[in-house]
Amino acid sequence: MSALQKTILSMLLWLSAFVTPTAHATLEIEISGGSAQQIPIAVVPFAQTGNLAKVSDVVAADLRRSGLFRVLETAGVANHPTELSQVKYGEWSALQAQALVIGRVEPLSGNRLKVSFQLADVLKQQQLTSLEYNITPNQLRMTAHKIADAIYQKLTGEAGIFASRIAYINKSKGRYALQVADADGENPQTVVSSNEPIISPAWSPDGNKIAYVSFEKKKPIIFVQSLMTGQRLTLANFKGNNSAPAWSPDGSKLAIVLTHAANSQLYAIESDGTGLRQLTKSSAIDTEPNWSPDGKWIFFTSDRGGRPQIYKVSSMGGEAQRVTFEGVNNFSPRFSPDGKLLAMIRQDDGKFRVALQDLANGQVQILSDGAQDESPSFAPNGRMILYATRAGGRGALAAVSADGRVKQRLSESGGDVREPAWGPLLN
Amino acid sequence: MSHGMMNKKVIGSLLLAVVLTACKSTPMAEKPASVEDKSPATTATAPVKSADGAADTSSVKEVVIDSNANNANNPLKDPNNILSKRNIYFDFDSDVVKAEFRPLIEAHAKYLLANGKAKMILQGNADERGTREYNLALGQRRAVSVKKSFNLLGVQDKQIETVSFGEEKATQNCADENCHQANRRVDIAYEND
Repeated sequence: MSALQKTILSMLLWLSAFVTPTAHATLEIEISGGSAQQIPIAVVPFAQTGNLAKVSDVVAADLRRSGLFRVLETAGVANHPTELSQVKYGEWSALQAQALVIGRVEPLSGNRLKVSFQLADVLKQQQLTSLEYNITPNQLRMTAHKIADAIYQKLTGEAGIFASRIAYINKSKGRYALQVADADGENPQTVVSSNEPIISPAWSPDGNKIAYVSFEKKKPIIFVQSLMTGQRLTLANFKGNNSAPAWSPDGSKLAIVLTHAANSQLYAIESDGTGLRQLTKSSAIDTEPNWSPDGKWIFFTSDRGGRPQIYKVSSMGGEAQRVTFEGVNNFSPRFSPDGKLLAMIRQDDGKFRVALQDLANGQVQILSDGAQDESPSFAPNGRMILYATRAGGRGALAAVSADGRVKQRLSESGGDVREPAWGPLLN
Repeated sequence: MSHGMMNKKVIGSLLLAVVLTACKSTPMAEKPASVEDKSPATTATAPVKSADGAADTSSVKEVVIDSNANNANNPLKDPNNILSKRNIYFDFDSDVVKAEFRPLIEAHAKYLLANGKAKMILQGNADERGTREYNLALGQRRAVSVKKSFNLLGVQDKQIETVSFGEEKATQNCADENCHQANRRVDIAYEND
């Protein structure tokens, strides 16, 4: 965590942050709620020198933000061990810690760092896991996220999501920027900026590219851009609109929406811009495609029944079938990574909110309580859903756990942030 | 959004309620319990060396775009010429082109018929209510409706492209219906504007 940030009310799992209004202002994160069974964990400050990010602070903030951990205050404990042999377990069980994290950052030759940590079970007084990383200094924050992921996985049995990134559109001073940031909102970087709108960012499954829609030529055109090189491929620039890119699970194709001279219809196109084929043929609006994780289906929004609802079509094309029947209108279908749940935007009573449908039994839970919530996007482990909301007349990002218990709000001072997309885990 | 199914506006201050109502968390167990190792058996518990040989994607190459073209003198830009008028407004939940925009459409049709190489872009717009991609599709409907008016005046499809900006050009945070109405429109643009 940056020095700009500080915890305000950790007991209520509120984390707030101060941000200076720089060109690359950091997203500010607030958290509320939490799991009923939070694991009490002590993260001892790592032995570390220099001005780099404090690894233990980043790890503690990650665990706290998940809502599944109660991160204990360690300042009152006299001894701060950095090796397992130094641990006096009685001190930590007195603090009611169930798990203990210790570690250290040591300089290596050639401007490299060795980061090591150990996770211990306080009651059993034994090590649960340990890892060691040989990194460059600019990899320190991401390494801290990987440590948090290792702890999260060991203690919850699920994959962590801290070593992942999010993409979003930031509108500021009349310019639109597609930015990517670490999952904790830190380290924001601009992928592309334009004086015309940019919408609908979509991560390639390998996390190396982002497809997006840019209006820089007075019409929506789909580009695919490499994050590392900045190289842009014009994926689709057909007559009319080119929008709503959605990657197939294997990254070889995208579902897109074209209009040519008429209504919006779904097409599939190879990721190099060749091999266009039409997927839906209707006289209605068909848009917002999303692939099922098994690659067999494409779910989409259509008003072919009179009002926008969710439909599905085979990824080979063919007849569409209706999926949603409840709610005045439904938009923006998004599969959970395991394919069992469908997040969407449900409009009822004039409000647009994030809804989650269990595809096996059809049950729906409303997860957000905004009036204009949009763009749901699952975390790589399926536990959280990131979405766009509005606050104080500006766009902001929010996240909610799939069980509705944990809520986070992310906003950037001075900016208007929208269209979030959670990227895959970084290796 | 341009459909007539909703009329409530955004209440930004709801956010605090969102945060506050979610603040219940169950108290912790009084006694320290043992934590359970729930990770798959394959997870190593011995120290593992992590190589950083994988491609470092932490640095991002930025691309900057500025598409503001030069505005040369031409009848399309002359404020005294009807051709400089470029906005066609729509009623709520409607894509019907109203009679009051007839002179404007006829003037642009005449220009297109006299200038066979001119290419017009009809840009549909929707108000901000609803999802961005769906609003893009709704704006497209209005653009197609205006295109059909031009077709009836003899203008061929090859001179017209219909596109949509959806809600991207909409005035945000509209407090009333008049504000939303200003966003329900088709803008006329030319390829070399």
